[in-house]
Amino acid sequence: MNRFHFFSLLIILSVFGLSIFLYKTFMLGFPVNPDGTSQVWKVENKIRFEGNGHPAQISMFAPQTTHPYLITTESFVGRNYGVIHKTVGPNRVVVWAKEEADGLQTLYYRGVTRKLERWETREQEIIDTAEALKNSQGELPPLEGVFLEAGLALITDAKKQSVDTESLVLNLLGRFTKENPDSHEALLLSQQPLPTTLGQVLTLHGTPARVVHGIRLPNEPKTVPLHTWLEVWENKEWTPFDLEQAKKGVPENYFPWWRGHVPMFHIEGGTLRDFRVSVTPSREDAIKAAVERGKIINPAWLKFSLFSLPVETQVTYHILILIPVGAFLIVIFRNIVGLKTFGTFMPILIALAFRETELFWGIILFSLLVGLGLAARFWLEHLKLLLVPRLASVLTIVVVMMGTLSVLFQNLGIIHGLSVALFPMVIVTMTIERMSIVWDERGPGEAFQQAFGSMAVASFSFMIMSIPLVDYLFFTFPELLLVLLAGTIALGRYSGYRLLELRRFKGLLNQP
Amino acid sequence: MFKTYAKLAQLGVLGLNRRNAEFILRYNRRAFYPLVDDKAQTKTLCSQAGIPVPRLYGKIEIEHQIRDLPQIVADYPEFVVKPSHGSGGEGIVVIKGQVKGRYRKANGVLIYLEELQYHISNVLSGMYSLGGVPDSALIEYCVCFDPLFESVTYQGVPDIRIIVFLGVPVMAMVRLPTRASDGKANLHQGALGVGVDIATGTTLTGVLKNEIINEHPDTARSVSNIQIPNWRNLLELASRCHEITQLGYLGVDIVLDRDFGPMILEINARPGLNIQIANHDGLLPRLLQVEEAATELSSLEARVEFAIRHFQA
Repeated sequence: MNRFHFFSLLIILSVFGLSIFLYKTFMLGFPVNPDGTSQVWKVENKIRFEGNGHPAQISMFAPQTTHPYLITTESFVGRNYGVIHKTVGPNRVVVWAKEEADGLQTLYYRGVTRKLERWETREQEIIDTAEALKNSQGELPPLEGVFLEAGLALITDAKKQSVDTESLVLNLLGRFTKENPDSHEALLLSQQPLPTTLGQVLTLHGTPARVVHGIRLPNEPKTVPLHTWLEVWENKEWTPFDLEQAKKGVPENYFPWWRGHVPMFHIEGGTLRDFRVSVTPSREDAIKAAVERGKIINPAWLKFSLFSLPVETQVTYHILILIPVGAFLIVIFRNIVGLKTFGTFMPILIALAFRETELFWGIILFSLLVGLGLAARFWLEHLKLLLVPRLASVLTIVVVMMGTLSVLFQNLGIIHGLSVALFPMVIVTMTIERMSIVWDERGPGEAFQQAFGSMAVASFSFMIMSIPLVDYLFFTFPELLLVLLAGTIALGRYSGYRLLELRRFKGLLNQP
Repeated sequence: MFKTYAKLAQLGVLGLNRRNAEFILRYNRRAFYPLVDDKAQTKTLCSQAGIPVPRLYGKIEIEHQIRDLPQIVADYPEFVVKPSHGSGGEGIVVIKGQVKGRYRKANGVLIYLEELQYHISNVLSGMYSLGGVPDSALIEYCVCFDPLFESVTYQGVPDIRIIVFLGVPVMAMVRLPTRASDGKANLHQGALGVGVDIATGTTLTGVLKNEIINEHPDTARSVSNIQIPNWRNLLELASRCHEITQLGYLGVDIVLDRDFGPMILEINARPGLNIQIANHDGLLPRLLQVEEAATELSSLEARVEFAIRHFQA
């Protein structure tokens, strides 16, 4: 009645629904298209070693979710090994342990990683420069004696020639990678490899730096070597430097594995045979990626979404969520078009059954079932049964017919026929009853007209409901149901003519 | 299509959506529906107010009472069986005579007592009621209709439908059964609808399934210019139905009995829109006119006068 109330309700519903929808698409990166896929890499690290019959303990750095890579599915495989996870400094460490390791032992680490386009900064640990310096000094082997002297000389020299952290790093790097390094540089490099040395020298002068070990994610499946680069504390955050290219920033495919100068793994009670890291790029449903991303960026949204349900329940909701869509179509068909159907929502239930049977077979089987049921109903008419027992009898006959048809189709080798069992039999029974009443009261013409109307609405609803995009959109974005609700409410106030009324009242226009 | 839409709108034709949203939902309070949906209640209500209705011979409410049917109708060779909550004339059986324990229907077919009892049983189980709820069956006086429309009726009962809005009769038509409608008076079943001039009570042209017609298809007599006697009395009867039911928008079905004069057959809280076709006119302008003048129309006299003055064909 109240127009203000009515329109504000419509606006609130649509705005609320649409804003959640837009937040999910633009902020959480939920794809609007079900066919979207995203790039993932399956990373596998295989370590083989010879056990010497004693307790064995292998600790390995495991990659962790840091900008810009997200690690999702992980497994740590080792036969009869116990697995412990712990955090050491900036790194994650996995420890495999076994009472008695004899002969060849194989351990696997497997993980799936994907790139995160939008990354909120909450992951970045907030520390100050002094702490960063302390941390990086702790991670690097200290310089002593003559090495310390050489380092100090070097950094003082380099400092004079540079204006900021970036130019300092690049200046030092240039000195180390010269064709024939000077004596100081050569001395330092003789003790440690380049990245570590560079880090050591930088920390001497109060610039925190740390060594990053990682891999470069390939475009095709292959075994990849470990790669090292440097992170330097600049403007209150760790900035990567590509030592090979001698520049600030690293290419996108640099995947950090662990930080520090210690090797990737350490074996106690065994001898390493070989180890290799292999990577297989592959593609995954974009929606799966979005869900994983959502878990990181804003876990609450996903906790309260349909994706948090068990898979079997999700299947049910894939169907349930389509019912409002069907109901909306019914509103259009009845109030805008003006079609008559048996029962208000019967066509939707038939349409849902069509999902299992496919349209062509659905129509054939449904017509067959209703036709046979109608014949039985007319025969029952002679027995003059009371309403409820008559309905119960028709229901029983419908079930018997469904069984018979299934067996018949099975023996004829028509597998589609088996899906006859999927029709909601109570609905079929009610359809038969209503059709026979209309038949008696208004003649077969009207009965067939309504049957045709119901079938047309059911088929059309089925065609709309079976568009994968519709199912996908409403399941992924259930908030769109609010928009649908707003639409339904809006149609509830449509007081114009129905399409079929235009024909009905056309006679009125014929004469002055 | 849009042209048709615009033309219909210009003519003020009332569509189903608008009827429901702006008239039925607004002016017909749910609480008063039972008064008209239950024909037994309507009958009592009318009788109390002194409005003539067909006499009730008996009411069958439970299966057990069906066996009493022969006793109920023993003294009445002609009678009508009607579902108390029926709609659109469904489930009504008209018996025109009893022959050796068998009953002759209006179309001449003889049926056995058991068949009639089975029909009543179906009525009780709610086969013809709105929403399929259990119902009761009314056994009532069979109207012996006035010869006025005899020449333009093929079997069945011709009736006069008047749409009453806020107590003002706004549009009327006569419904004449044809062979095609099988004695039924519903327009969509093939009955002939003839518009009636509210001001004078004379019939206008007829419409048969959207076609304008001046002769009854079965009897070939002209349906135009028939003067309904005591028209003002009919308008008053219709208007009083608004008073007793409290419904703002309703349709009153009146039959003319040879002996007892006009009688209210039933009152409908959701009257159909075909009356517009029969009258070749839209309901909307008339309804809005009444809505506007509603405050001045407090007495029965004023309402009938308003109708006669404003709704001349």
